[in-house]
Amino acid sequence: MNPVDTGRRKFLGATAAAAGVALAPGVLLYEIAAARPPGLEASRSVRWGMLVDTTRCASGCTACVDACNREHGLPAPTRPTDAQWIRKVELKDLRSGAVHSAPVMCQHCAEPPCVDVCPTGASFKRADGIVLVDRHTCIGCRYCMMACPYKARSFVHEPTAGQKTDTPRGKGCVESCNLCVHRVDKGGTPACVESCAAAGHQAIVFGDLNDPSSEISRRVQAVATTQLRADLRTDNGVRYAGL
Amino acid sequence: MAEPGSLPSPLPSPAPEGAPRGFWPLAAAGGLVVALALAAAHYLEIHGHVATGMGNEVVWGLPHVFAIFLIVAASGALNVASVGSVFGEAAYKPRAPLSALLALALLMGGLVVLVLDLGRPERLVVAATHYNFRSIFAWNMILYNGFIAIVAVYAWTNLERRLLPLSKPLGLAAFVWRIVLTTGTGSIFGFLVARPGYASGVIAPLFIAMSLAWGTAVFLLVQEALGRWHGTSVPAAFRDRLRRLLGVFVAAVAYLTAVYHATNLYWAKQAAFERFILVDGAPYAFLFWAGYALVGTAVPLVILFHPRFGGVRGTMVAACAVIVGAFAQLYVFIIGGQAFPLEIFPGYAATSNFRDGAVAPYSPTLAEVLLGLGGVGLAYLIALVGVRLFEFAPPAAEAAGKPAPGAD
Repeated sequence: MNPVDTGRRKFLGATAAAAGVALAPGVLLYEIAAARPPGLEASRSVRWGMLVDTTRCASGCTACVDACNREHGLPAPTRPTDAQWIRKVELKDLRSGAVHSAPVMCQHCAEPPCVDVCPTGASFKRADGIVLVDRHTCIGCRYCMMACPYKARSFVHEPTAGQKTDTPRGKGCVESCNLCVHRVDKGGTPACVESCAAAGHQAIVFGDLNDPSSEISRRVQAVATTQLRADLRTDNGVRYAGL
Repeated sequence: MAEPGSLPSPLPSPAPEGAPRGFWPLAAAGGLVVALALAAAHYLEIHGHVATGMGNEVVWGLPHVFAIFLIVAASGALNVASVGSVFGEAAYKPRAPLSALLALALLMGGLVVLVLDLGRPERLVVAATHYNFRSIFAWNMILYNGFIAIVAVYAWTNLERRLLPLSKPLGLAAFVWRIVLTTGTGSIFGFLVARPGYASGVIAPLFIAMSLAWGTAVFLLVQEALGRWHGTSVPAAFRDRLRRLLGVFVAAVAYLTAVYHATNLYWAKQAAFERFILVDGAPYAFLFWAGYALVGTAVPLVILFHPRFGGVRGTMVAACAVIVGAFAQLYVFIIGGQAFPLEIFPGYAATSNFRDGAVAPYSPTLAEVLLGLGGVGLAYLIALVGVRLFEFAPPAAEAAGKPAPGAD
């Protein structure tokens, strides 16, 4: 057996490190280039959305829910008054008996009833389709919760603890899925999408519905998808396949 | 409120010349109720709405039942003033100031409950400075404040002889305004497209009919209590007119309630909701039939229209029954409407740890009861102080008259 050529190993290691150092800023720059520069308004040409493929969503898997709770500093729900920005719903077809599992979160409607009814304008929709709550002008009237057809909103019933920098929360305000706007504005994807992929399901696709070349657009064009309560014509940014 | 011992008439003349007996104890009782409500609101402010029975499904609870009763009744309490000023009925005119005072008192009581039940009541200034004109809530804030302004000026024209010529146009403005206001209150629910209990065009006219009935019932009770407090009696002929009017209004509410449920039953997709409200949803079906249909409708209709029960006592029992029925109806409408699960996936049975597909539980806590009662207490206190300080009560000469023939 030949003696180990430690010099060659060192050379390879150093080369790899140098390549990493050389490439990393480029990757970083690419991410920065894809992100929305600070101060620039959200673009009307973008319509952020998600596609949930229920055929890939595993019953009992809560990776998306857990990731959302971690990302936004939400305590794991144990009581009816606890906030839930995303939840797993188990579905059974009343005629065929077929079962499905699907995450439900704010549907980021193009015509959001919550925005219509909010007396102060605290519920608002960004130009790129993300529906948010301005915590400074929410008076906690809960009219948006009455209006939301998807039970997507939660009221903060008690003092909060362990808040995350990117997700301000406050007792007495209403909150809901913000599509991980802090990630999206930096060119990233929502935490639920990332965790679903990491769990090996890839049941949630995130992207720009207005960009015909995006994966979500191609998937929406290729397979039949539905919007929840399509009869209400709220034109949801979240679509479901397999239902 | 009334002092049974002070009944024998004639007694010395009412408010303006001297303090009617028992003002301070009566005011203290009202003050205590309001103080308890403020304590409850403070408790909620510290602990959050976790101290209520509300959750993420039933987001409007008992305080809203009280608030909406008071706000709807406020508009109806103006009936007497409207009939006097707009339709020129002389018998109603002396009672127009009391009618206006009650309208103001009830509305303020209701609004205070609404505000104190907000998640962030200290942000009232935000609500007053940020308006989303697509929101019927924002419109209602304008309608409520406008109502207070118009009715206050209208009341002034009734109390100040020199301004009397302005009374009729202002009475007309107040009449139109309150119809729009109650339409707005009903539309808070009528515009909620997603819930089977609400999205209906019948709700706005139903609320107008409710306001006529509830406001008249409250007015009847208050004028009787006031008469007893001041040692005067309400002319029987006038009470009879209001009694018959109340009967017509109760019948109108019953008719529109029937239309509301009948239209819902016509659509297959609403059938499950109607079954929940009318048949098997506890406690809503019981409250609907026993509270609203029996106590709030059948009993008062029999009392109000049967000649045997035409006296004071019958009228008062009927007015109380209408108010009990009103609370039952609102409880079923507001809380039952939220407790029934949203159908997000039509054609599927849905379950989750967020109670998808399940009936939401709700039982009010003491804090909610105290807060709601505080609105009633505040309305009572405003009316009491108003009558004490200004000439809102009907003139003694008109009110005392002769003992009413129909009085028992």
